[in-house]
Amino acid sequence: MSSNANRSTPLGLRIAATAGLLFLHLPLALIFLYAFTTEEKSFEFPPPGLTTKWFETAWTARPDIWPPLYLSLQVAAIATVLALIFGTLAAAALSRTRFFGRESISLLFVLPIALPGIITGIALRSAFDIMSIPFSVWTIILGHATFCIVVVYNNAVARFRRLNGNLVEASMDLGANAFQTFRHVILPQIGTALLAGGMLAFALSFDEVIVTTFTAGQQTTLPIWMLGELIRPRQRPVTNVVAVFVFVVTLLPILAAYYLTREGEQTGGSSK
Amino acid sequence: MTTVVAERQRGIGNAISDVFFVRPQLLTFLLLTPPLLWIGVVYIGSLFALLLQSFYSLDDFSGLVVHEFTLSTYKQLLEASNAQIILRTVTMAALVTVTSAIIAFPIAYYAARYARGWSKALFYLAVMMPLWSSYLVKVYAWKLILAKEGIITWFANVLHLRWLLDGILALPVVGGPSLSFSYLGTFLVFVYIWLPYMILPTQAALERVPVNFIEASADLGADPRQTFRTVIFPLALPGIVAGSIFTFSLTLGDYIIPQIVGNSRLMIGQAVYTLQGTAGNIPLAAAFTVVPMLIMAAYLWMAKRMGAFDVL
Repeated sequence: MSSNANRSTPLGLRIAATAGLLFLHLPLALIFLYAFTTEEKSFEFPPPGLTTKWFETAWTARPDIWPPLYLSLQVAAIATVLALIFGTLAAAALSRTRFFGRESISLLFVLPIALPGIITGIALRSAFDIMSIPFSVWTIILGHATFCIVVVYNNAVARFRRLNGNLVEASMDLGANAFQTFRHVILPQIGTALLAGGMLAFALSFDEVIVTTFTAGQQTTLPIWMLGELIRPRQRPVTNVVAVFVFVVTLLPILAAYYLTREGEQTGGSSK
Repeated sequence: MTTVVAERQRGIGNAISDVFFVRPQLLTFLLLTPPLLWIGVVYIGSLFALLLQSFYSLDDFSGLVVHEFTLSTYKQLLEASNAQIILRTVTMAALVTVTSAIIAFPIAYYAARYARGWSKALFYLAVMMPLWSSYLVKVYAWKLILAKEGIITWFANVLHLRWLLDGILALPVVGGPSLSFSYLGTFLVFVYIWLPYMILPTQAALERVPVNFIEASADLGADPRQTFRTVIFPLALPGIVAGSIFTFSLTLGDYIIPQIVGNSRLMIGQAVYTLQGTAGNIPLAAAFTVVPMLIMAAYLWMAKRMGAFDVL
């Protein structure tokens, strides 16, 4: 679509689009505001007073926050590594050749995010029950990696499609073997897509709650801790402080992922 | 010494590479096997285990699962109270989908046809950020907004519209003691949380509408409204359908949002959660999950026929 500089934007459209974007963003601003309120028993608006003491409280007086945080970081890190390995393998295999059943297999790889999370959760839980696998960190990781694979796969498969086959052939012609070609020709080209996929997978895992409630048993990840606080609130502003933290931790990898794939996506889009 | 080792490794590497070169299917097979085992065995295997459980039943007296093939659990699903849960959830999913499509369209249209350069990047980020930012934080934000003492009530008081808010809350079915304990509240949160999933594919479809189609339509005498109705909208429809896959599927399966913002009448996700947890009725919980699976299978089939997958 070519740009048309002197085409003016209809006013109604501009208002509707702006209102839509405000609807998407204003609620998040309230999370920040309520982290500073002096009222801890209700969600009174406007806040009766502002204070920064909840940040200190969260840091020093709430030891219940730390174990869930460590568990979430650990799970997200391991699930991301697993997803990077398996997602890349799947993307490499499905993009390099065409074979019978390829379409079905690529549908299979997006199924874990196409079906509602509760189905993934209860399916894994009943499988653990049947095989009498006790709940542990690894059952959480297993669930997370299953949908993180999809995220990495989606990112990697888009980049593999744009990979220039001539470069691989040239590398082979010049005497490099398959491993050298992967290391020196393919990896530099897919690297940023993998990094972006990995970051999105990390953000997704760090934040996941629906599948986790089914695969965690008695363990508490940070989102499960937060869910508990939402149902039975204690110091409401402390929950906001943690929410602000979670928001930032998930936002940074997303911005980085956007930055990493930006150029590629734009060239990819223009070729269509 | 190290060079000898490196040489030998290269020798092995070359030998393996030669095998791959002669038999490329072998490499594909080796690459594909580990991820396929994961998704195929762990995920699909679990889904089948779940499906199998739905054909078992729960003994009413002992509370234990009877491992015999029966359709009685599915018959239970059709009982009035359970059928109501399904109907309620599907209605909610449909309303959420239609509303998100209406709100998403102007944003997608603006981003696709008017935003350029930095403002396009800004639009993209403005949609991506809420899409990826923490689900629970977003739900929590709405708990703050919809609370009885929260910002909506405050606004209603400031604007002297309290009578309107109270009137809405007094409505049967959709109302409740406060917005955070009403269907209307649940509905608003669903629309908010899934909206970005609708914007992105709609925008992708609109970006692909060729400008010369629109010019041709104008040249042939169509006014902007006609062009929109007969050219732009039909071409954007696959994108809207693609977005609706997400809004519909995610609403069908969610149990956190109606638990935090909503009343005591259950949706499918909550029913599944309670049945498998406190009630221990895994067969009925499994039968309940089959409902969204079937609905989504039919939905995906329809979406594929409409070409929605090309936009994803």
